[in-house]
Amino acid sequence: MPLNIVVCVKHTPATTSVSVDSATGKVKTAGLAYGLNPFDEYAVEEAVRLKERVPGSFATALTLGADSADAALREAVSRGIDAAALVTGPEFDGGDSYSTSRALAAAVQKLHAQKPVHLVLFGKNTNDGNSGMVGAMTAAWLNWPSVVSVKKIESVDEASASVWRAMEDGVETVKVKLPAAISTIKEINEPRLPSLKGKMAAKKAAVTKWGAADLGLKPEEVGAAGAATSVTRQSPPPSRPAGMKIEGATAADKAKKLVDILIERKII
Amino acid sequence: MAGEKNVLIVAVPQRGALPPAVFELITAAKKAAAATGGTVSALVFGTKAADFAKQLGERGAEKVLTVSDAAYDSFVDEAYAAATAAAAKQEAAGVLLLAASVAGRSLAARLSVLLKAGVAAEICEISGSGGALSAKRYQYGGNIVAEVAFKSDVKILTVQPMCFEAAPVEAGKAAQTTPLSVPAASAGAQVASFKADEAGEIDLGAAERIVSGGRGLGNADGFKLIRELAHTLGAAVGASRAVVDAGWIAYRHQVGLTGRTVHPKLYVACGISGQIQHLAGMASSANIVAVNTDPACPMMDIATLGVVGDVYEVLPVVISEIKKRRGA
Ligand SMILES: Cc1cc2nc3c(=O)[nH]c(=O)nc-3n(C[C@H](O)[C@H](O)[C@H](O)COP(=O)(O)OP(=O)(O)OC[C@H]3O[C@@H](n4cnc5c(N)ncnc54)[C@H](O)[C@@H]3O)c2cc1C
Repeated sequence: MPLNIVVCVKHTPATTSVSVDSATGKVKTAGLAYGLNPFDEYAVEEAVRLKERVPGSFATALTLGADSADAALREAVSRGIDAAALVTGPEFDGGDSYSTSRALAAAVQKLHAQKPVHLVLFGKNTNDGNSGMVGAMTAAWLNWPSVVSVKKIESVDEASASVWRAMEDGVETVKVKLPAAISTIKEINEPRLPSLKGKMAAKKAAVTKWGAADLGLKPEEVGAAGAATSVTRQSPPPSRPAGMKIEGATAADKAKKLVDILIERKII
Repeated sequence: MAGEKNVLIVAVPQRGALPPAVFELITAAKKAAAATGGTVSALVFGTKAADFAKQLGERGAEKVLTVSDAAYDSFVDEAYAAATAAAAKQEAAGVLLLAASVAGRSLAARLSVLLKAGVAAEICEISGSGGALSAKRYQYGGNIVAEVAFKSDVKILTVQPMCFEAAPVEAGKAAQTTPLSVPAASAGAQVASFKADEAGEIDLGAAERIVSGGRGLGNADGFKLIRELAHTLGAAVGASRAVVDAGWIAYRHQVGLTGRTVHPKLYVACGISGQIQHLAGMASSANIVAVNTDPACPMMDIATLGVVGDVYEVLPVVISEIKKRRGA
């Protein structure tokens, strides 16, 4: 039976070399080039591969963001995703993982009501916020099972999946009932580049837009108002104390000196 | 800023043992409790719960709740979350600390929604006073430090390994241990099997020392030298993405933006140029040693100690010197 897949993506700065505006104590995002969060490429690719594995399957890319986040959805379509939905509006500004996942869950629920969803895929984390919480939190709002750190979807049908969860000490095989959320890691696949046909489809794609009211959410449940945390200040990391170049006539001399210093400073 | 003041350590076991990061949570919890003015208790799971309670007690935990059911021997977020919510209620805990492991992250997400709690994820510092609590964490691949404050009554923090000292064992200390009864949880996920990585490998996240190799090694065989130095130092083996992509070593060794984030006491970067995506995973290491033929590479700029030289000339001497000094 074909699968109905949702893949959640984020439109993020294309670089992590950002600076802080000293007046506001926040990262300067104005003027930065944005793109599809690199970690989401794996989730998008996996959705496309599932479509290839289970013919007749359908995948929708979903994001929450500004109007411009539309570009991340089109990028997903260019890579083989069928449809796109954008959760947007001023009420979503300043959200954290708690309020963002709540809105994403409401959007998944809306798609689920239209046609039952089997899998919601996520990237490992975003390259800006880096929290890695939104996937599993979205599952929690939906009261669906979730598996994070997934490096392989071994088997899947409309009722269950068997996936490999990469742990710190090895790999667990986890059986999960569907619908469920899965957060992918880099090892799951090698993303392909958009095809010409995909790029054409991306240009033409119709993007569905939803505000809080469309999702049955109150303004105080989303964005900054619905957030459970706030970032009070951002700053560059403390600079490292100046280092020392180890001098010596030969590589062996330098190596010996290195060991001397490491022992002297009780590092080893 | 209302909410309960007490702090609960949620100690998720792995393969019948407590990961070392759990002992670091005791130190972090004391810091959090000092800020909120509350007490610290811990929650342990599985058939070995009584033993875990003893280990935590020896390291200064005063109160430990045990959920001794065998169902908790493998990690499923839904079951763990239900038990943790029950413990938090019983202990009037408003602050929950978890290790920022795969399981910890997954559990924190489930708890967040269950307890209407904000999460400060992967934090490396805790501060606050007079009841307020805030935490520092890295964003933008380590290029930004963000200070996070809570608006929710219940506050969840996942703590990066190696950011707090492990609480030391103190002779004669023991925790007051209480069994916690929790209703059998139903879960949609279930761990069917486990396959361990190569035996004897030290996990990167918990390693005090890491020796990493990059493209400068020239070929996959170069990792023999890296492993030998790592073995000599009791260190874990890390790698740059370039060599993981080249297939010289498995992905789980990758350090950086798309790999692991590490904070060891010593990070030895061998033939790694220090591109920003690699630095994202290791730039906060206490001491960095760079071994590189290029004196102008970015890794040299951030290194505590820089050795300009060929890895194949420098590392063998480092290994033999360390062995010599240890023998003497
Ligand atoms: C989205 C994204 C995510 C990424 N994520 C990561 C990540 O998580 N981790 C990561 O590492 N990279 C990541 N990268 C890749 C990163 O940009 C670099 O390409 C990579 O780190 C380079 O690896 P390297 O230092 O081993 O190789 P190189 O940059 O090629 O450096 C090799 C170094 O070896 C030195 N050298 C050569 N021969 C010798 C010798 N005989 N002895 C000593 N030194 C020698 C050279 O001087 C050079 O400095 C990412 C890139 C992107 C775009």
